[in-house]
Formats: sequence, C-alpha cells, structure tokens
Amino acid sequence: MRFFEDIEVGQRRELGSFTFTADAIKKFAAQFDPQRFHLDEEEGRKSLFGGLAASGWHVGSVCMKLLVADGQRAAQEALARGEKIAIWGPSPGFRELRWIKPVLAGDTISFASEVESKRASEKRPEWGILQARNTGTNQRGELVFSLLATAFVPRRSAGG
Amino acid sequence: MMLTFEDFPPGHFGTFGPRRVTREEILAFAAEFDPQPMHLDEAAASRSMLKGLSASGWHLCSLMMRMMCDGYIGRTASLGSPGVNEVRWLAPLRPGDDITLDVEVMEARVSRSRPETGIVTFKSMVRNAAGQALCEMVSPIIVARRAGAAAEQAG
Repeated sequence: MRFFEDIEVGQRRELGSFTFTADAIKKFAAQFDPQRFHLDEEEGRKSLFGGLAASGWHVGSVCMKLLVADGQRAAQEALARGEKIAIWGPSPGFRELRWIKPVLAGDTISFASEVESKRASEKRPEWGILQARNTGTNQRGELVFSLLATAFVPRRSAGG
Repeated sequence: MMLTFEDFPPGHFGTFGPRRVTREEILAFAAEFDPQPMHLDEAAASRSMLKGLSASGWHLCSLMMRMMCDGYIGRTASLGSPGVNEVRWLAPLRPGDDITLDVEVMEARVSRSRPETGIVTFKSMVRNAAGQALCEMVSPIIVARRAGAAAEQAG
C-alpha cells in the first residue's frame, strides 16, 4: 500500500469487480441481515427492490474486500521494486453511505476509490488522514453504492 | 402485529443484546471481507494502532444490523434503507466481547414522495461488557405507515 506522501487528491483506483450470486446474497443475509427481501427470490420480487437484493452491509463489506486486495497488490508491486511498503492504520469511520440502487442476484459491481482530501493528523504525527469516495457501479453503468471513507495512512517521513 | 411508522416516536427505543462475539467469528469475517493483519494475526495486531486483535469495522456494523433485525426490524414493516448518514468506530471490538446495542429514534417524518411510508432515523450505539462505546451509527429506514394513515391525513 502507499504512503501518505504518495497519495494525491483526485487520484482514482479501479478496485476490480464482484458478482453477487443468489447463494452469496442469502448466506450473508442469513448471518447478518435476515430480512425477507435478502433471503427469498419471491419476497424480493414483491419488495421495492424488485428481486433478490443483497444486504447493503454485504455490498459495503465486498467494497472493503476489494480495497484490501487492491492494497495488497500495490504492496506486492512496491516490494518487487525494492521499496518499503506502507501498512495502513484503522479507519475512524465513514459518512454519506448511499445504497443508490439495489444490487440484485447476478449483478456484477465494479468498485473504485477516489481520493477527496488528505491532511496530517494533529494527535499522531506519524499518521496522515485520508478521505476517499468509494463507489460501486453495476454492469449497466449505473452507480449503485457510494460512501465517503476515512483512514489513517502512515507517513513516509515519520518511521525513518 | 407488525410495527409501523407510528410505533417509532422520537426518543429512546430499546436496548438489545448482549451478544457474545467469538474469535472464530472475527477471524472468519476478516478472512472473507477484510483480511488486514490487524484483524487476522495476533502478532501483527499487537503492533498495530489498535494494539491487539480486533474485528473488522464492517463486521461490527453487520453485527449491529443483525441485532437490529432480531431486536425490532424483523417485526417492523420495513421497506429497506437508503443509506447510512454516519458511522464512527470509536474503540476496537475484541474477541470474546459481549456487545449491547442501544437504539434511539432521532427523527420520524412522513415521506413526501411516498406518503404511505415514513422515514425513521435511528442513532445506534454499541458497547462492550465494560460499557465502553465501540461504534455509533446514524441511519434511516423506510417504514410503512399504519393502513389508512395517508388517507386520514389527506381527508
């Protein structure tokens, strides 16, 4: 993963895509969000969603999965170039999560992350704070998911 | 009886749990959705800002969703949610913690575009057994109004 100094506002990374199968939707829902429209095709069709719909928390968790995978790819590339790799810190939270359109069984969602702002942490000088807009777009090019994420990113200068 | 919009006046709504979160659950969720060393590996986690193994924040949010489902959404005429206004991860969720969810109705208003429904905005706080706040979430859901409520108002 990259260091705070290597990140520019406006940078966009394509994180890859994920197909939400009916089985995966039902498995996540049975564990975390057992509402009828996330568990059963017929109930989904009768709902506002118009079909078996993934839990919004499933969509958010898959976005996280692809963010982590992208960070690990970037780390491998940095390692291959003989560079030091940055281990990102935790996130203090997020804002403005929008489930814009339902993610239905069979949909393939492509995720991306675009840097909105960065600043030094006042309390932790070895860390910077990054805000990024993470989005998901379905196979018809429709924006289905958006969120403004925050994360602690290590500063290159600090660790020495 | 299903709960409808009318059952969610502003104010404290309820307390749900406790619910034990095991190390196995934390590792399984992290392996599938958030395989960062701080959520998977004790040694790496002890060197991280969180100083020990902790659950993915997305796991904690998903557990909050499950506690809401079991606590009230499962018996509410819920039509889904447009999103989440804000989530603040305040402290790490550790293996073996017993978590409790406190739910408050911040706002309840009738939908302008769909007057047979209302939008109820909740502030939910999850705490561990020691009472430490772990995560605060502000999120709306769309709830059907009692049958005939829209017509009564129009009439």
